[in-house]
Amino acid sequence: MSTLVIAEHDNGSLKGATLNAVTAAQAMGADIDILVAGAGCDGAAQAAAAVAGVNKVLVADNAVYEHQLAENVSLLVAELGAGYDNIIAPATANAKNTMPRVAALLDVAQISEITSVESADTFKRPIYAGNVIATVKSADAKKVITVRTTAFDAAAAEGGSAAVEAVDAVHDAGISSFVGEEVAVSDRPELTSAAVVISGGRGMQNGENFKLLEGIADKLGAAIGASRAAVDAGFVPNDMQVGQTGKIVAPDLYIAVGISGAIQHLAGMKDSKVIVAINKDEDAPIFQVADYGLVADLFDALPEFEGKL
Amino acid sequence: MKVLVAVKRVVDYNVKVRAKADGSDVDLNNVKMAINPFCEIAVEEAVRLKEAGTATEVVAVSIGDKACQEQIRTALALGADRGIQVETEGAVEPLVVAKLLKGVIEKEEPQLVILGKQSIDGDNNQTGQMLGALTGMPQGTFASEVVIDGDKVNVTREVDGGLQTVALTLPAIVTTDLRLNEPRYASLPNIMKAKKKPLDVFTPGDLGVEVTSHLTQVSVEPPAERQAGIKVEDVDQLIDKLKNEAKVIS
Repeated sequence: MSTLVIAEHDNGSLKGATLNAVTAAQAMGADIDILVAGAGCDGAAQAAAAVAGVNKVLVADNAVYEHQLAENVSLLVAELGAGYDNIIAPATANAKNTMPRVAALLDVAQISEITSVESADTFKRPIYAGNVIATVKSADAKKVITVRTTAFDAAAAEGGSAAVEAVDAVHDAGISSFVGEEVAVSDRPELTSAAVVISGGRGMQNGENFKLLEGIADKLGAAIGASRAAVDAGFVPNDMQVGQTGKIVAPDLYIAVGISGAIQHLAGMKDSKVIVAINKDEDAPIFQVADYGLVADLFDALPEFEGKL
Repeated sequence: MKVLVAVKRVVDYNVKVRAKADGSDVDLNNVKMAINPFCEIAVEEAVRLKEAGTATEVVAVSIGDKACQEQIRTALALGADRGIQVETEGAVEPLVVAKLLKGVIEKEEPQLVILGKQSIDGDNNQTGQMLGALTGMPQGTFASEVVIDGDKVNVTREVDGGLQTVALTLPAIVTTDLRLNEPRYASLPNIMKAKKKPLDVFTPGDLGVEVTSHLTQVSVEPPAERQAGIKVEDVDQLIDKLKNEAKVIS
């Protein structure tokens, strides 16, 4: 059996999510190759070659893949994937965009956001916002899978010495083009890979008050997240959203501040190792999943917490 | 420009769905059903395009048994002009839904197809992208802004680091994210009017599609339950617990 893992990267470097997907691929017991599709992506390719347990790194380095346009990348992956039993990617925004297109081109189902590999054809995945875990068995000879990264440990980023092989295939569907992007620049760790996450909800009252979280985040080396309510209210941008339709996180420590705990939010953070909730409403559902709950006004508690850390 | 918008009948988002005790499936007896929230946003976007004079007709399509006509009527009450139901039984996988929608597209020839980015039951997030592959159309997934510009549509997408804007050649597919718009409520007169709007029913056979199944749901189970912890008295006790009991801060 053979598995092709689709790398998540920014051309210059490999994103950690790729390492979680490699671990899921290892659980399927197949030989693993990694595809790095991008432009000027040698940095990412070299990093992929160093990942432990990888046979070969395929590099498709061409301007048509620079911005990961799904129309182009899916054609490439479908072509290369013809030679593999499994095509696996971490469930990032890029892979969510591209992989179903790959599956349809190959006329197979996609199995989205698996959380465990039961056997070569059977997987577990959350449905209904994580209120139910389904075990699904695939009848397809070729499997297209995305991996919930929080459910698999990262493979070792060092220790491998895979061969790097250039792929010449150039697929330009010619129907889409990149116009621009607004990417948040932050010195803080990425939300999905941070060891500590502190999130604010509607209780923060406005975007300005998220500054109260920043001092604590600095002291704890934490990423800052938000509930959908806070994002919808315009307090903070959407890429900070934790939940069913936002980012899924599972840090060592998750601190929920002014978040009531709607099931859609819990779906994004309830696998965190330790959960702290700070909320002035003692009946808030967030306290039902919190290891440590503090019933307090966040505007008093946060400055005190920061001061005493 | 004709706009096709897909809607799905799902469990209402306020319902906490549970696995049946025997693990055979989820328990949906007497559960409130509704239009998938992302599909509602898709309908709203299509109707706004019509109100802006960009779209000339909005067609709402749903795949499912007869009950999904209720969600088509909801879309009609929100402002869609007519409805199409593709009659299927039981759960239909995203790939098959995409094939059926492709069949509808071949009949209707819309310039823009808007779908929700995912349905809140299966949480698959696949159908729009699969439809793109099958029809050869470009896709703007997880859209937070849609701007028609001549023979192109500019879609601003919610991606991991922030926002990305792409230009797509029409006809194109858009899947909606939460912040694309805020759907209106249907007024009573519009709900009454919706009952009289045309609704055609097709079978998969009419569209030349065979309903197949690639995946089998072996079982379902509840997730590992998290036990509620303790309430701490104050910030000092919280810090003490995090340092000395949970050992997650130093």
